[in-house]
Amino acid sequence: MAVTVRIPTQLRQLAAGAGELAIDGSTVGEVLKGLDAAHPGFGERLFDEAGQLRRFVNVFLAEEDVRFLEGLDTPVTDGQTLSIVPAVAGG
Amino acid sequence: MSISAVPFVDALRCRECGHRFPVEALHVCDRCFGPLEVSYDYEAVRANVSRASIAAGPQTIWRYAALLPANAAGAVSLGAGCTPLVRADRLAAELGLGELWVKNDTVNPTGSFKDRVVSVALSKARELGFKVAACPSTGNLANSVAAHAASAGMRSVVFIPADLEPAKIAATAVYGGTLVAVDGTYDDVNRLCAELTDDHPDWAFVNVNVRTYYAEGSKTLAFETAEQLGWVAPDHVVAPVASGSQLTKIAKGFRELYEVGLLDEAPAVRVSGAQAAGCSPVATAFAAGADAIRPVRPDTIAKSLAIGNPADGWYALDEVRRSGGAVESVTDDEIRDGITLLARTEGIFAETAGGVTIATLAKLAAAGVVRRDERVVAYVTGNGLKTLDAIADRVAPTATIEPTRAAFAAAFPAEL
Repeated sequence: MAVTVRIPTQLRQLAAGAGELAIDGSTVGEVLKGLDAAHPGFGERLFDEAGQLRRFVNVFLAEEDVRFLEGLDTPVTDGQTLSIVPAVAGG
Repeated sequence: MSISAVPFVDALRCRECGHRFPVEALHVCDRCFGPLEVSYDYEAVRANVSRASIAAGPQTIWRYAALLPANAAGAVSLGAGCTPLVRADRLAAELGLGELWVKNDTVNPTGSFKDRVVSVALSKARELGFKVAACPSTGNLANSVAAHAASAGMRSVVFIPADLEPAKIAATAVYGGTLVAVDGTYDDVNRLCAELTDDHPDWAFVNVNVRTYYAEGSKTLAFETAEQLGWVAPDHVVAPVASGSQLTKIAKGFRELYEVGLLDEAPAVRVSGAQAAGCSPVATAFAAGADAIRPVRPDTIAKSLAIGNPADGWYALDEVRRSGGAVESVTDDEIRDGITLLARTEGIFAETAGGVTIATLAKLAAAGVVRRDERVVAYVTGNGLKTLDAIADRVAPTATIEPTRAAFAAAFPAEL
């Protein structure tokens, strides 16, 4: 199942400048790991040593913060959009 | 984009991993996603700034330009800053406190402390060549960005949650920029704008892609407090927490004054934070002793503090813990009590965020966290005229009468 992953400006150099990529996976975690497999470098940016999302990384599935869902275990379905957004904004 | 040099800024630096970046429109480290901070050459500031040179400066935040990241000459300014620091003896007596001061930031040009950060952000944005000012906002920032952009001849594009207080909507739209009401919470608006910065890199979102500079404006709350107290730092400050940026920068401001020789003694300021119970992710983490801040969905009358996923929440928590302060939260009714208490004791009419600060101060005083032997400063950062609905059921004429002496005597038979 492929979802569309939206890449923020700060990470586009890892994906040859692409703003969106189609990645396979059945959960948020699988998709993000698939992203790293396709374009090495994403993993160390997104995950800490314990394999959790870094403190300043927000991931939204269909506009919803995955921390309000099941985190990296949240199931994804074909055609959904997963957005990686820097947390440092607002206020 | 052309970049004009600022004398004492030497780089941007990632607060998490320390990586250094050029002084451009950057706010996030591309290695770890950590926030970037402005790095100053403190030795150079120390050699060039004195209490006297500051005293000779303008009656605005730009008197502290040596510790701000933009040039004072040509700054975008409506005159923010140099607001009253009011000795609050009547409020102190009610709360059982000793030396209490209120930093009355309700009297800034658009009625909130946001004029400080916006003045810095748009001054820097203009130096960097931006022509459009933008932001996601809970209201006060919207007012300030629209107003400053109007005065600077910049276009503005302001995004707000559609359910904002009517006064905050009108007080943004009046300046004539583009105002976009979004069906969603502030956090939704914030996420949208974070994504729109990718689509519109030529727009200066003051609290997104120029946030590094914007946030520095809040340091002036500490600079002024120390100067107004006679160049000493207070013992304890209480500040509202939305994103956590303001509290973090107040703490940084006191440290910087010592760093550049403007304070004789190293400050030991206890820093406490105030949140609404309906949006208290930082207070919850403080109470639980947790390091991680769990985002919440806000439900409070204090809309200006209704950020469920605070970008600087962790740093605010860290400042509070390291300084021996506390983060407390108060209910909507306590917020209303805080607004009326401040008004009837000190003659200052605050918006809901000020009610949060005063109610939290009362709670911390009752718990003995804020102590009678401390010199305390409470930051009241927004004007009550913006949130009249919050107290509409509590304030009304004492009596409504016919225009006759008899009617008055009937309504008020005794002395007032």
